Amino acid sequence: MTDSLEQAGLLDIYHKVTNGERLSPEDGVRLYNTAHLPALGYLANLVREQKNGNKAYYIYNQHINYSNVCSNLCKFCAFGKEKQAPGSYEMSIEEIENKIKERLKEPISEVHIVGGIHPDLPYSYYTNMLQAIKRIRPQIHIQAFTCVEIAHLAKLAGMSVEDTLKDLVRAGLGSIPGGGAEVFSTRIREKLCPEKLPGKEWLEVAKTAHKLGIKSNATMLYGHIETVEERIEHLVALRKAQDETGGFMCFIPLAFHPKNTGLEEVAPTGGIDDLKNIAVSRLMLDNFPHIKAYWVMLGPKVAQIALWYGADDLDGTVLEEKITHMAGGETAQAMTRSEIERLIRAAGREPVERDTLYNRI
Amino acid sequence: MMGHQKLVSDIAARIRQQKRISKEEALELHRRADINLLGALAHEIRLKKHPDRFVTYVIDRNINYTNVCISGCKFCAFFKAPGHSQGYVLSKEELAKKILETKKLGGTQILLQGGLHPDLSLEFYEDMLSFIKKEFGIHCHAFSPPEIVHFAKISSNSIKEVLQRLKLAGLDSIPGGGAEILVDRVRRQTSPNKATSDEWLDVMSTAHGLGIKTTATMMFGHIETDEERIEHLDKLRSLQDATNGFTAFIPWPFQPGNTEIKCKPATSHEYLKVLAISRIYLDNFPNIQASWVTQGPKIAQISLFYGANDFGSTMIEENVVAAAGVSHRLSENKIRQLITQAGFVPKQRLMDYTLADERDQSV
Repeated sequence: MTDSLEQAGLLDIYHKVTNGERLSPEDGVRLYNTAHLPALGYLANLVREQKNGNKAYYIYNQHINYSNVCSNLCKFCAFGKEKQAPGSYEMSIEEIENKIKERLKEPISEVHIVGGIHPDLPYSYYTNMLQAIKRIRPQIHIQAFTCVEIAHLAKLAGMSVEDTLKDLVRAGLGSIPGGGAEVFSTRIREKLCPEKLPGKEWLEVAKTAHKLGIKSNATMLYGHIETVEERIEHLVALRKAQDETGGFMCFIPLAFHPKNTGLEEVAPTGGIDDLKNIAVSRLMLDNFPHIKAYWVMLGPKVAQIALWYGADDLDGTVLEEKITHMAGGETAQAMTRSEIERLIRAAGREPVERDTLYNRI
Repeated sequence: MMGHQKLVSDIAARIRQQKRISKEEALELHRRADINLLGALAHEIRLKKHPDRFVTYVIDRNINYTNVCISGCKFCAFFKAPGHSQGYVLSKEELAKKILETKKLGGTQILLQGGLHPDLSLEFYEDMLSFIKKEFGIHCHAFSPPEIVHFAKISSNSIKEVLQRLKLAGLDSIPGGGAEILVDRVRRQTSPNKATSDEWLDVMSTAHGLGIKTTATMMFGHIETDEERIEHLDKLRSLQDATNGFTAFIPWPFQPGNTEIKCKPATSHEYLKVLAISRIYLDNFPNIQASWVTQGPKIAQISLFYGANDFGSTMIEENVVAAAGVSHRLSENKIRQLITQAGFVPKQRLMDYTLADERDQSV
């Protein structure tokens, strides 16, 4: 493949990768701008196989989006609504309990909980939710509340982020999902989500969690108005935080879906940009153990190819996923275990069912 | 395992020296090479053949003049058996309406194909062609080889006579459909009443001899083996060596919805692999088409790095894949946007791959 890398002008980066040298932001920009997609895939795959061999992980999980009421109303979001808006909802604790009870017979290892920044649900709602789920299903791992929600809950509780996190863990919190990171750049946040937790504070919440032994994930929403340089800045900021704490498990590049958002004029991401984001993040985030190709957002076809572009995880069977589908995501709501395993095997990878913390089940 | 890796890298080195690979080598690549390597090899061949970084497409419409078919192929969700209440034959008025719409949308050709109708005569097809040519003068990319073989049978003419008569009536070029897998073991099981692989190749060879250009297809991912896929490619490569009449190759995965073959469709990974191997193996084919109709816009865009240099047709109308429950739609603008996003230059072309008049390149 060195012939191809030379043709692609990426031979120097190849040498860095094989020598285990860290890539610079300039390297990252060059990788994004490469006109030789398979050469980029090859490079990312070197790191992917070095870290995760031939394994491709998936998880049997259940998603709960407890409310779409949100006071942030980010421009790129098709999910959040004002409280009075038609179609807005919030689940009662009893409704959430019923959702858990409905699926008690399924071998679900994780409940994944994300919601809006609700203007008036009390702090007790969130701890009650965690406790109620644990009462019904004590063994289950709850991955809940993005850093943005955690910062909001700390305000509601009138406590520090650290004390809030400790309290949430007592109530049943297991780990934190990676959402709300979007793109850290203040330029982007001022334009698209001025009400949202700033990037620096997002990172602070994540690092605070890590210091308490709470693992978390990280994401980047790409394909709207961000530049390649802003993507790289985002990745470098995550890499730096991970150097400090080592608490991130997985990075998930999220493709922006413009339908029903305030950015409908933006074209949906192409398959090439999807693969480039997987590959460049795998190469830049040398200290992240896992890169996820979230099949609900990418579609199973691109997610499968991503297993050769740096991704080692497809996420879950994901029943009841709502956020992407509000934005016109056209993929199915759920894949069965056999479908997801077929997809992985057909790509020549070994399917491994995992729990939230990447232990083999 | 190391032995296989060595073998794969030796084959890759030979390909990079622009050496032709054997069936055995192609099979080794099919079984052992990863898609990064296959993509890189195919992409580099594509760039050598088309250094201008153009990606072409044609504006046309698939017109299926009848869905009545005596062939009854197990992989087909489109046909109706003779006597079926939903069987149809398009009238001249319906044809005219469809062609007018096509011309309005900037269409330069129609793809005219249909079932093997038991009762229509060769004169019917001649009449249809001359009607279209007289009224609209549009390029007729028409009648896949199984239809030609069928016309020869019903009219008791030779393949050559049929082709000569159709050409005289207005036939411009022949689509590569009905090739499926050009191995008779497969055809006996899935399409026993259809042209054999030799008949298919004979039609194409005769057409090329008469100066009629054609394309070639492969429908894979049903009951065929890896060896049979390579056998298919090899038959096409040999014929192209002899005639040089194929303009393009179009591989696409079988869509099992509403058909008699119960299997899962080939995955995108399998598709890109077959596409890349096709580009590598068919060293004498100038063009390879992406199949957005079966793969959707994202994989079609990615396929531009796995050997494809053509986005196929805008397909103002498409019925056959849609009957199997798969219906991606793309406008010309969307196709141009996908090509531009991928870093290539979109160019409208004609059937013979000459570029249409220079048009506004903005997307």
